[in-house]
Amino acid sequence: MKFGYYPGCSLHATAREYSESLLTLVDALDVELEEVEDWACCGASSAHSTNHLLGVALPARTLAIAEGQGMENIVAPCAACYGRLAGAAHEVNADPALKEKVAGILERPLDNTPEIINVLAFLQQLLPVIQDKITKPLEGVKVACYYGCLLVRPHKVTQFDDPEQPESMEQVCAAVGATPLAWNKRIECCGAGFSLSRTGSVIRLGREILDDARAAGAELVVVGCPMCHSNLDMRQGAMNKGQAGADDLPVLYITELVGLALGLDPKAMGLHRHYVSTKPLLDRLSTALVASEGKVS
Amino acid sequence: MARIGVFVCHCGENIARTVDCAAVAGNLADHPSVVCSVDYKYMCSDPGQNLIKQSVKDHQLDGVVVAACSPHMHMKTFRRASLQAGLNPYLVEMANIREHCAWIHERTPETTVKATDLARAMVEKVKQNVPLDPILIPVTRTALVIGGGIAGIQAALDIAEAGRDVIIVEKEPSLGGHMSQLSETFPTLDCSQCILTPRMVDAYQHPRIKLYTYSEVEKLEGYIGNFEVTIRKKGRSVDIDSCTGCGACMEVCPSKKAPDEFDMGLRTRTAIYTPFPQAVPNKPVIDREHCLHYKAEVRALARGKPVRAICQKCAKVCASNSISFDGGDELVKEKVGAVVVATGFQLYEVGKDQPEPYLKGYGEYGYGEDPDIVDGLQFERLASASGPTGGKILCPSNGEPPKTIVFIQCTGSRDAAKGIEYCSGVCCMYTAKHAMLYQHSVQGGRSVVFYMDIRATGKGYDAFTRRAAEDSGAEYVRGRVSSIYRHDGKLVVKGVDTLGGEPMTVQADMVVLATAIRPQPGIKQLAQKLSISYDQHGFLNEAHPKLRPVETNTAGIFLAGCSQAPRDIPDSVAMASATAAKVLALFSRAELEREPQVAKVDQITCSGCFHCERACPYGAVEHLEVKDRRGNVIRVIAQINPGVCQGCGTCVANCPSRSIELDGFTDSQVFASIQALSL
Amino acid sequence: MSFEPRIVAFVCNWCTYTGADLAGTSRLPMSTSVRIVRLPCTGRIDPLFVVKAFERGADGVIVSGCHPGDCHYTEGNYHARRRFRLFKELLDFTGVDSERVTFSWVSASQGQKWADVVNETTERIRGLGPFDGYPGVERGEVA
Repeated sequence: MKFGYYPGCSLHATAREYSESLLTLVDALDVELEEVEDWACCGASSAHSTNHLLGVALPARTLAIAEGQGMENIVAPCAACYGRLAGAAHEVNADPALKEKVAGILERPLDNTPEIINVLAFLQQLLPVIQDKITKPLEGVKVACYYGCLLVRPHKVTQFDDPEQPESMEQVCAAVGATPLAWNKRIECCGAGFSLSRTGSVIRLGREILDDARAAGAELVVVGCPMCHSNLDMRQGAMNKGQAGADDLPVLYITELVGLALGLDPKAMGLHRHYVSTKPLLDRLSTALVASEGKVS
Repeated sequence: MARIGVFVCHCGENIARTVDCAAVAGNLADHPSVVCSVDYKYMCSDPGQNLIKQSVKDHQLDGVVVAACSPHMHMKTFRRASLQAGLNPYLVEMANIREHCAWIHERTPETTVKATDLARAMVEKVKQNVPLDPILIPVTRTALVIGGGIAGIQAALDIAEAGRDVIIVEKEPSLGGHMSQLSETFPTLDCSQCILTPRMVDAYQHPRIKLYTYSEVEKLEGYIGNFEVTIRKKGRSVDIDSCTGCGACMEVCPSKKAPDEFDMGLRTRTAIYTPFPQAVPNKPVIDREHCLHYKAEVRALARGKPVRAICQKCAKVCASNSISFDGGDELVKEKVGAVVVATGFQLYEVGKDQPEPYLKGYGEYGYGEDPDIVDGLQFERLASASGPTGGKILCPSNGEPPKTIVFIQCTGSRDAAKGIEYCSGVCCMYTAKHAMLYQHSVQGGRSVVFYMDIRATGKGYDAFTRRAAEDSGAEYVRGRVSSIYRHDGKLVVKGVDTLGGEPMTVQADMVVLATAIRPQPGIKQLAQKLSISYDQHGFLNEAHPKLRPVETNTAGIFLAGCSQAPRDIPDSVAMASATAAKVLALFSRAELEREPQVAKVDQITCSGCFHCERACPYGAVEHLEVKDRRGNVIRVIAQINPGVCQGCGTCVANCPSRSIELDGFTDSQVFASIQALSL
Repeated sequence: MSFEPRIVAFVCNWCTYTGADLAGTSRLPMSTSVRIVRLPCTGRIDPLFVVKAFERGADGVIVSGCHPGDCHYTEGNYHARRRFRLFKELLDFTGVDSERVTFSWVSASQGQKWADVVNETTERIRGLGPFDGYPGVERGEVA
């Protein structure tokens, strides 16, 4: 199977584990990801808050290039990139005048925008293959699936799952043997890009999310977004500080979780890079960190 | 030789500005058979009508054409005038030279040519008209009222008090509807059952009202004045005539887990039960889905085993021998002349699973998952003295009074994303009532009402909501709620205060959702049985939204209460009385007069192919046996029942042998008008 | 083309006729080409009416009624729709351009739509030219 692939800025930088776990996983599944050539930033928050046309044209450039490469779909693991790419496709397809204008700016045709797939839809599609290759089903591991804002919203763009009560991440986790929990803060905002400008708010919001996950009995939190991961993992120290009963709660990418069920090498997937150590969890799963590069243990 | 009079109206300047009316009259004066052709400023005025009447007499007219406005405006006027002059009203036609000519064209010669054309077409048509007499059909002066809630009861009492017979068919075991579940009614805070039960008893005891409870309409046949309804009396297993209502059966029934419908699932009941203590009739019914004997019977039948008597303790203690486990549903037929549909409403179900594909739920509100999240009717039962908590407002989970309670208006209503774009009309008022009841009942308690707008349009209603918002202590917050979840023993309600400009989270003990009003389940099937139409939600369609709100487009079938749209009790009662007035007008004479534009079959040329029968939506085509002198049937041909025929003419165009004609629009009339046009 | 088409419109009393009334009340400008013949329902409309109109010199015919599902008599418009679909095929078969017959649904509240039907049909018939299927009949001959 082959898919178009848009890593976006974060997977090449701060969300390195996401990229490592994804690429290790697809390799094990014999799935090919073809990167969009010469892709540029999707615009993230800055573009669409500055200027609507810029917010559409910038991601549309990636769509046009992908179309030129003959791609029918693009997997965008970063939830924000997914939102921008899918949003741009939605807008130009709904407004022929806008499509023409953007195509003019890009000097590239925009006739058959590829389908944009988020990480959950991607894994859902691959579930039959994944289930075939499970070697270490995660029996009894209690996971709190955290969607954040962007994976299932806005519904008219994503047309995926239920924006108020989604189930896709739970479905993937259950398929690899974990026990997804019912908890309250699944789709609550983590503070997103305010991580730098209003860190206090991110600490507060993240603390509430982690508290609720712990109260539900979670052993780890699963995410599908580099921003969510960054906030809940990198800033967890500040969130837990001085809070009685706030034990470390590891935060894993969904790709890392699925990779563990397939018995893939945790180090190859970047599990040693997390701020909140994943070692206790991995010990619990009886998987030692293997020093060798990229080999399936 | 016909003698036609042509009357061309100026309609002030409306027609005369663009049409040369005198020229039209002049053009037609020379037309064969026209003996009088005049124009006048206002034909519909008294002098105008007198001009027509005088001309009929002076010229012995046998046909009148008025070239003026649309026949929808004044056809009745000119027909009445002609009748008064001694001319059959169906020898009158109108040419529409205002809406269809003067108002849409400029003043050019073409416009006057067209006006002349239209008038000439009607002259040629009216030459083919024959005198018609209104058709008289008999009326069965008994009304059928479907639904025994407040609207149905009111309509039934009004009709019965006027001396006509009424049949009420109610699907629940008792009369009363949702009003019987309410605690108090706004704005007076009267005890709901106190004002309702006397009416229920009146309806039960009225000599002219026949009550079928625990029954539904199976089929309706016939037409206005002459319906036959088949009623399914569902198997009660209790003979309500011999039953004394002693209640001994309920005390011994071992099956106690059925959710109590009257108390909205807040408690359970026995399998043999009366819905509530003031039920009318106050006789029990056996719920076969929870009765041990009937459940065993179903299992035995499924396995092909013989049916044995299980339990039946109720029958054993029944002193009047009124309980029988034999027998099931019974079908009875009644003849009625008019039908009132007063089926009431059900509440929107809040959860993710919805009964219709176009509805969406608010799964994030947790209704159905947490017992302390209730809807409006459940709160009524908690507040009601005859309810599961004896009238104390207590949390269903732990029986404690809620120290903080949140009310959320517009749950489902006014939300196109959920499939319900309309306002349910009563929730602002009953939420205010609930908040005031709570503040009174739980001293020192905190109530928060999340609202979008306050709709309080009735008499005394604004003062009522104002009292709740300003005097009672309830906090009114303008904003919606995004989610409700249980955390640390409290219900966390995440909302927003839009006037304050901030999100607002309330830690509540109980949440009351003011859910949308929807039509009853099964309403579409019932509407199809009655041949009445409904909108996308299932609310029944009125004949005209402004001027005919209680009639339907099916003659003889009327609407009352929430079956047509959400409304409160006073509006339901007023509408029911209006409906009763329409029914009584229908019943005011022993015979109904119908417009005579009906189809007629030529019995000689009809071959009995019955294409017409297949085309007729009303079932107006009957089979007529043509017999020879010895009584042998030689042919079966079609015959149109003039009482049923609505005059659409589809049969006429379908008839392969041209054996049917539609009076008022015969082939010769239509061809004559086409031939008269200058094409 | 400067010829003024003559068009006969057979319309149902409840929907299109009332919609045309509304167009009039709204003073929507229309071509003078159309003469309306009122019938209780499109179900009543016999294809021979259309033929008669052409025979008398009409250049085009409009048949218009209630939208599907809204027929005042429940089903008449469905019968009309089926009848006229067959009739159009028959017209084409006999060599009469079936484009001269327009079938439309206009509800009682659609005054503008009626005006559009009238004006568009007039222009279309103008483009098709006068109907000369009955060469013996002269235009404007009245019985």
